[in-house]
Amino acid sequence: MQQAKPSPSPKKKIVPSDRPYPIVYLKDVKRIYTLGNNRIHALNGVSLSIKKGDFVTIMGSSGSGKSTLLNMIGCLDLPTSGKVKINNIDLSKLDDDGLTAIRRNNIGFIFQQFNLIPTLTAIENVEIPMIFNGQSSEKRRRKALSMLKRADLPLEFANHKPNEMSGGQQQRVAIARALANDPPILLADEPTGNLDTRTGNNIMELLKQLNASGTTVIVVTHDPKMEEYSNTSIRIQDGEIIK
Amino acid sequence: MKMKDIFPSMPSMLKNNMYVELAKRNLKRQSVRTILAAIGIIIGVIAISSMGILGNSLKLSVTDSFADVGDRLVVSPAPGENQITERQVDQMRKVANIESIIPVSSSGEIIEYKKSGATIQSFVSVYSISKDDLEKLAELEEGRYFKAGSTDCVVGAGIASNLELTPGQKIELDGNKLRVVGILKEKGMGFDINTDSGVFTSQEMYNKLYPDAEEGYNTVIVIVKDIDNIDAVSDEIEERINKKEELVTVFAMNVITDSLDDVFRSISMFLIGIGSISLLVAGVSILNVMLMSTMERTKEIGIMKAVGASRKDILKMFLLEALFLGVIASTAGAILTISGSYLIMALIVKNTSYLLTLSSMFYVLEGFVFGIATSLVGGMYPAWKASRMKPLDALRYE
Ligand SMILES: Nc1ncnc2c1ncn2[C@@H]1O[C@H](COP(=O)(O)OP(=O)(O)O)[C@@H](O)[C@H]1O
Ligand SMILES: [Mg+2]
Repeated sequence: MQQAKPSPSPKKKIVPSDRPYPIVYLKDVKRIYTLGNNRIHALNGVSLSIKKGDFVTIMGSSGSGKSTLLNMIGCLDLPTSGKVKINNIDLSKLDDDGLTAIRRNNIGFIFQQFNLIPTLTAIENVEIPMIFNGQSSEKRRRKALSMLKRADLPLEFANHKPNEMSGGQQQRVAIARALANDPPILLADEPTGNLDTRTGNNIMELLKQLNASGTTVIVVTHDPKMEEYSNTSIRIQDGEIIK
Repeated sequence: MKMKDIFPSMPSMLKNNMYVELAKRNLKRQSVRTILAAIGIIIGVIAISSMGILGNSLKLSVTDSFADVGDRLVVSPAPGENQITERQVDQMRKVANIESIIPVSSSGEIIEYKKSGATIQSFVSVYSISKDDLEKLAELEEGRYFKAGSTDCVVGAGIASNLELTPGQKIELDGNKLRVVGILKEKGMGFDINTDSGVFTSQEMYNKLYPDAEEGYNTVIVIVKDIDNIDAVSDEIEERINKKEELVTVFAMNVITDSLDDVFRSISMFLIGIGSISLLVAGVSILNVMLMSTMERTKEIGIMKAVGASRKDILKMFLLEALFLGVIASTAGAILTISGSYLIMALIVKNTSYLLTLSSMFYVLEGFVFGIATSLVGGMYPAWKASRMKPLDALRYE
């Protein structure tokens, strides 16, 4: 039960094909926010395709639509128009439970503000995605510990609450949490934005290592120096891809 | 969505005890607010169950004192008739399913006694009854029953205590002295004959006291063999005696106990109604607490959804919290009710037997169940609301 196979419509069979499909596929995606009489085109017809095992950086100035794009890929938001496919599954065909299943099993999300649950310890935060995946508590513990190890968190912090840890340590916990259900795709929205340069580089190194072991990594950043970690770079401006 | 989906099964819930852990933490995190909500439930549970117990105890204490008369009929002369004749009593004897027939003649008498200096007048009933029949109607506290034909008497507990009588002493009735040989147990209010304020003596002595009394009896008490036959026996007596004209009135004691049952059922319902209102108030306060709690935890809900929590998961988390709150508060309420009622009954009524009955405990259980249900119902809307939050909106919430 690692890869999600949400099949909302059993009528439609996924036909196996020799040609490998892209793990992330967007076609003509628009996302329009309506604020009063204002219509904001956060994404204005974005098409892209990301292969399994890629390390992609999405660059662009503030307000250009990077987060909106990442949220589309992470099933946190749905496009106003256009098509989004994750692992060849068309998101527009899924109901809320279907989207949840994709998030749970295919996506690991890393945020700029870490977004840990303040009342839970590091290890408990990492256990959360596994709870929703129905893992037994014993298995959760073991897996959470190994993920924290993998994210290079010194293990004496395993029982610390987020406010007892540095920013870099919190982001490592967040990465361990993102890895908990072994997702094939890791998404990170400015993961180094709240960290000093050295810690930020360490986090990027970690993401690089995870990518080397097969995980597709997509990182949003406005720091041009991060580009060198990736093998593909996308530039976005005013909701459109310019490179 | 079925309840089974939300609470899959106790074992899997305990295995995934992180839910339980989360619920406990979230309740603790808002301890003041949680305690206030719990107090609402506790008061509601106490109200429902103690009101129920109160009504039930009232009912039990009254029906207890009528329990032993449920098997009797009281036959008295119909309006316009003076006495029940020996012939009518003979007709009653032909009716089937009768255990015993107790004819009684009675008359009233005023007696005087002194209490803390003052002279008090009191009314007593003087009964003519056979020794055997008296044994069927009342138990002795001390002494013995009078012998047939003797001039002795047995008195009720009320008279004995007013006149400070002990067996062997004499009382004077209308110039005649009677020796008290026995004192009856206190019996409380009765509808057949009032033993507490009665003086019982033989027919011979009664005739001496009231030489002008008419032949016949004032009352005939009929004890049936089986309480289920009471209506049939009553009908047959009326049929036999009142064939041509209305000579006697037959009155079944169970009519009284039945209507008392109704009265106390209404009292119980009323008291429980009051309890329900307080639970309703508690439910609203739970609703409020949980609603505030979902608002404050919006971001957390967003995080959980982002890492894979479904609507069902969120619903389960919040309902579990409400369930916890309900179980803890209701348990506290039930314990407080039982110990409180026990104290009150032990100290004031000095009789705890009515509390420890199945029917009283039923009201405690009822309060307990209602307490939990209220908490769950109050938590339902907030849980539903939390489960429907859009992950991105929830994540952005500060
Ligand atoms: N929930 C929203 N409501 C209205 N406008 C939004 C919302 N989210 C984003 N936007 C707008 O969409 C545009 C793109 O935003 P975003 O994707 O967050 O940019 P970036 O992450 O590149 O800084 C911005 O103009 C922003 O103001
Ligand atoms: Mg952004």
